[in-house]
Amino acid sequence: MDITFIFSTLITLMAAVPLTLQLAALSVLFGTAIAVGLALARTSRIAVLDIPARLYIFCFRGTPLLVQIFLIYYGLGQFSGIRSSFLWPLLREPYWCAILALALNTAAYSAEIIRGGLLSVATGQIEAARACGMSRTMIFRRIAMPLAVRQALPGYGNEIINMVKATALASIITMMEITGVAAKLISETYRPLEVFIAAGAIYLAITFILTRVVMILEGRLGQRLSPSDLTTLGDAG
Amino acid sequence: MNSIILIPPGWFPALMAGAWMTILVALSGFFIGSIFGVLGAWAKISGGRAVRGLADGYTTVLRGVPDLLVIYLFYFGSSVLITSLFGLFGGHGFVSFPGFLAGSLAIGICCGAQHTEVFRGAYQAIATGELEAAIATGMSRRVRFRRIIVPLTLRHAIPGLGNVWQVVLKESALVSVTGIVELMRQTQVGAGSTGLPFNFYVTAAAIYLAISSVSSWSLHFAERYYSRGARI
Repeated sequence: MDITFIFSTLITLMAAVPLTLQLAALSVLFGTAIAVGLALARTSRIAVLDIPARLYIFCFRGTPLLVQIFLIYYGLGQFSGIRSSFLWPLLREPYWCAILALALNTAAYSAEIIRGGLLSVATGQIEAARACGMSRTMIFRRIAMPLAVRQALPGYGNEIINMVKATALASIITMMEITGVAAKLISETYRPLEVFIAAGAIYLAITFILTRVVMILEGRLGQRLSPSDLTTLGDAG
Repeated sequence: MNSIILIPPGWFPALMAGAWMTILVALSGFFIGSIFGVLGAWAKISGGRAVRGLADGYTTVLRGVPDLLVIYLFYFGSSVLITSLFGLFGGHGFVSFPGFLAGSLAIGICCGAQHTEVFRGAYQAIATGELEAAIATGMSRRVRFRRIIVPLTLRHAIPGLGNVWQVVLKESALVSVTGIVELMRQTQVGAGSTGLPFNFYVTAAAIYLAISSVSSWSLHFAERYYSRGARI
């Protein structure tokens, strides 16, 4: 194994890190917005909202991400209506197709995580809020959502990490992010192991940092509200 | 959903053959993964420091690195290895490794990390009282393993294994990059040659949905079967 080659590969791959992070960040951002809507629809107990949301989640979780990416990137162009629409300049670009596919995909998974969080909020807490005279929206904003976020955070952290890994698929539709550049280097140099080590190290570093950030957030959100803390506070006061 | 209307009629059998290949690749990947998983779980539960470290390293790396990258490593790596071996024996030129083997090996190694955690969790879910009871009735280590540990671990592992299977099924689409003609690859070929990408990818999506629905339905029964006699 050639350490200098690994090092130079690492430098080359570093240039692709911003694209990977961009793809992951934008798709998580858009995906979360859709996911909140889906989770609300799923918990609304209104059939017209619940059933479509259920169907959406079923379809996106039951099919490979690669099929979804291809469906958007190659499939949509089949319709002349879409080709002549104002969205075409965006949908023609692999960049936006990748983000759209990743966002729609993560939305389905995140919706279930958020729904789990919402369902975990104890009824007593909602009842207490109602007894204080809070309106439905206020209960959601001040009580249900913060408690759900805390509960959903570990699962959500995993989903973000999965998203970073999923951006690798964008390389199949010509995006030169980390895996895309790595694949190009492998086919140019025929040194798959060294390139894998360099690319793997970068992904591991990103994953490691994200895990830490989620852990810190978890600690912060958990600390303020954990029962043991409340007792210590009570003892001190 | 009538796929025959969606895509030209001749293509449907081809997609079905691709779907069969998808199932084969996914099954062999899942099987290889479960071997890695059993070894990994054993290493994490009762291995020495070095073995445990190795298993921890394996799961950490494989859960942090995209599966596509692992597939590339195996696909190109095995070919490079074989070519150099071939050269050693006086051969010339580039020899490519069978894609099926490289693909299922790569999938197996990726999902082996998840298998490891599933088996480890399942083993730890066995109540100590059950193991103590087995010792108290005078079972030998081997009998205990075969009659108590394996069936109980399997029961606790089934829901987790079901999740891993669903992931593997979807991941198998990635091995299309190695040229194995499974469902995804066959769909790409069809989409390219007919100019109907949307119809083809929607059909492929429907086939994937059907496979995953049938498997989650059968897993439900497996779960019931292995939980017979369990107090709930």
